[in-house]
Amino acid sequence: MRTSRSMWVAAFVAFLAFGAMSPAHAQGDVARGGSLTIAINAEPSVLTSAFDTLPHTQLVSSKIAEGLLAYDQAFNAMPQLATSWSVSPDGLRITFHLRENVLWHDGKPFTSADVAFSAMSVWKELHGRGRTTFANLTSVEVPTANEAVFVLSKPSPYILNALAASESPVLPRHLYQGADIRTNPVNVAPIGTGPFRFKSWDRGSNVVLERNPNYWNAGHPYLDQIVFMIIPDPAGRAAALESEQVLMSVQSGVPLSDVKRLGKLPSLEYTTAGYLHEAPLIFMEFNLDRPVLQDVRVRRAIAHAIDPNFILENIRYGFGQVATGPIPQTQKKFYSADVPRYPLNTTLAEKLLDEAGKPRGKDGIRFRLTIDPIPAGDVYVRSAEYIRQSLAEIGIDLVLRSQDFPSYVRRVYSDRDFDLTLSAASATADPAIGIQRFYWSKNFKKGVAFTNTSNYQSAEADRLLEQAASEVDPDKRRAAYAQFQRVVMTDLPALPLLSSEHITLANKRVRNYAATGDGAYSNFADVYVLPK
Amino acid sequence: MPGFVKYLARRFVQIVATLVVIVIINFALLHSTPGDLVDVLASESQASDPQYLIRLRHELGLDLPILEQLGHYILKLLSLDLGYSYRNNTSVLDLILSRLPATLLLMVTAVLFAFGLGTVLGAVAARRLNSFTDALISVTSMLFYATPTFLVGLLMILLFSVTLRWLPLAGMVTAGAGFSGWAHVQDVLAHLAMPAAALSLFYVAVYTRLMRASMLEILGLDYIRTARAKGLSWRRILYRHAVRNAMLPMVTMCGLQVSSLFGGAIVVETIFGWPGMGLLAFNAVFQRDFVLLLGILFFSSLVVLLVSLVVDLLYMRLDPRIRIA
Repeated sequence: MRTSRSMWVAAFVAFLAFGAMSPAHAQGDVARGGSLTIAINAEPSVLTSAFDTLPHTQLVSSKIAEGLLAYDQAFNAMPQLATSWSVSPDGLRITFHLRENVLWHDGKPFTSADVAFSAMSVWKELHGRGRTTFANLTSVEVPTANEAVFVLSKPSPYILNALAASESPVLPRHLYQGADIRTNPVNVAPIGTGPFRFKSWDRGSNVVLERNPNYWNAGHPYLDQIVFMIIPDPAGRAAALESEQVLMSVQSGVPLSDVKRLGKLPSLEYTTAGYLHEAPLIFMEFNLDRPVLQDVRVRRAIAHAIDPNFILENIRYGFGQVATGPIPQTQKKFYSADVPRYPLNTTLAEKLLDEAGKPRGKDGIRFRLTIDPIPAGDVYVRSAEYIRQSLAEIGIDLVLRSQDFPSYVRRVYSDRDFDLTLSAASATADPAIGIQRFYWSKNFKKGVAFTNTSNYQSAEADRLLEQAASEVDPDKRRAAYAQFQRVVMTDLPALPLLSSEHITLANKRVRNYAATGDGAYSNFADVYVLPK
Repeated sequence: MPGFVKYLARRFVQIVATLVVIVIINFALLHSTPGDLVDVLASESQASDPQYLIRLRHELGLDLPILEQLGHYILKLLSLDLGYSYRNNTSVLDLILSRLPATLLLMVTAVLFAFGLGTVLGAVAARRLNSFTDALISVTSMLFYATPTFLVGLLMILLFSVTLRWLPLAGMVTAGAGFSGWAHVQDVLAHLAMPAAALSLFYVAVYTRLMRASMLEILGLDYIRTARAKGLSWRRILYRHAVRNAMLPMVTMCGLQVSSLFGGAIVVETIFGWPGMGLLAFNAVFQRDFVLLLGILFFSSLVVLLVSLVVDLLYMRLDPRIRIA
């Protein structure tokens, strides 16, 4: 007994030693030290993404504060602050075993109390998406300092897809408790457990992070410093990459028309990997309060008149895929190709409109509609211009309207003064969070953006969504979503156009930046920069 | 002297009255735009809970009647409290003060550069009327006048940052380099060169043309002929008699330029990522951060009013004919 135990210890020590050495052996060219400069598109308002979901905030926050889990390139969960986890058979309890000997950047120990505080008081209360994700979370039990149990009122399998550092960062309870969380000064000088510590924030210019020498993963991170440089102008970001003043730009920070030219330069490369947590999509929503759009034949006719391939090839320079349903192809675990399709066919479209009792008038026009493209870049305006041309062919006169973002939100969601939108959304890591909101009748909420915009009311879709959201068995869950995709593509309350892609452009000296499902939004403990 | 004090006192009363009117107009204008800060915050964070929006609006006082909001704002302004920017998690005064030095550095450099170069070029062109030098200066200044600022900025970046790699293209200092002393000054100057040049080229053209025209007018006046008849040297006539009088319209233009620079700075600050107030104002509009925007507008109107006072005082110094009326 005694011998076997000491043998185990010896083996464990050998494993540790080998484990610590092996990365250096396996990749002899890992470079230690140095600084990585990343261009960010806008100034963050705070440096914690615990209640701010903007991409540039998440980009900075994920290096400082960590999540319970990380996700690999197929979006399978991996340990981060939790080393192992298990779900009870009824799906009502999720137990996390937490990493031991982890310190906050101020030297205090990390415990299960921090997890309980972050989940109950921050993610569930203040995080925009978190209020949905953790809606069924009733309490977090902390039997020991290294064990946290999520207690749920209903099974919520999507929670395990939403625990990345960028989405649900764990905050230090000892610095937040008892004060207003949103206005806490720690938000602008954050303390985390991550591989990098906050160093300085020069407002309007840059945020600088430095290496955390006490990081729990000894030997990591490789970099000494990360600099986030705020460059508001897309052409400026392209020039900064080209002149090697920055080494990386994420979230499609460079004009799409420039990406392929820059990618051909000897110093640069681009990738569309690393955005699985976001899974962006572009779709057109019908206002089902409008009598003319209540007829499904009219909606199908519109679908038959639009060729998403044109938008993909000519407006998005080939970045993305033509969508076939509400769930984008990038959500591999839930996507189903078995749905009704609406290929380009103007003859059929005209026939459908005739059947719907909307004949062409003397001027050749059947009826007029408006379209409001979301003001999130010129891709949407140009796509709307293409759609106007396409619909003109089948006798629908489309009026294109433009406004800035807050005006768009007011017009579409508060005033509901629109016929069609051309919108963009993030499907996120799980359809229960990212997709359900657009199609669930109980999520028709006037005045709240990115809800059930169409005002789609379908008992069948509701049933499938609710079943899938609380289904513990992955196969049954997938089946429910497959059926949901068929129902939506039959009813067509919205027309999915593209499963779009984001682009990361990086200097070829930067390595390992897209090794996880969330790419540049991971903690960068493994990223290094080769010397010139 | 008591006349002067009385004059100053009257001007200050005028400044305060103008400021109050400006604040009220700004407030009304901003609140007539569709959408508010909560619309932006909630849609950015993809919040889908109406209770959350109601709570946010209440916390921010956006659910109060407009007149009550205006009253609160003016009362706070009287105690020099510009409010708290919920979007930036900082007080508006701190935000503005942290951005003011960068904006002032950029503006003062641009004004001095434009004023100085314009004066010299205009004087030279007038002196060598219809020569090759005059033609060259006139054509160049026409070109500066006609080229939009954003284009000048992008072309400079392309030439000096991307092709030649001489100058840094964004920010005010090299981030994370931690320079101090002389190295820091050099670093700031390298960052300042392109934005200051881009911002001032248009005004170089304006000053050059103005200076040339007013020099030509003055060189034909009687007192210049008298000075020549007295036997004074050309140099002395030109620099002591002509240039000084030609400066009067230049000072007027300078006062006007300061107010319009705030507008031009937004474009330049965006292109070069210069951490100044223009960029702050630009973002505040799209984020409907009205508290911040009102603060910036208040501050810039204050600067413009003070500059116009200084210009009026300068007139008196430059032209003894102008007296306090």
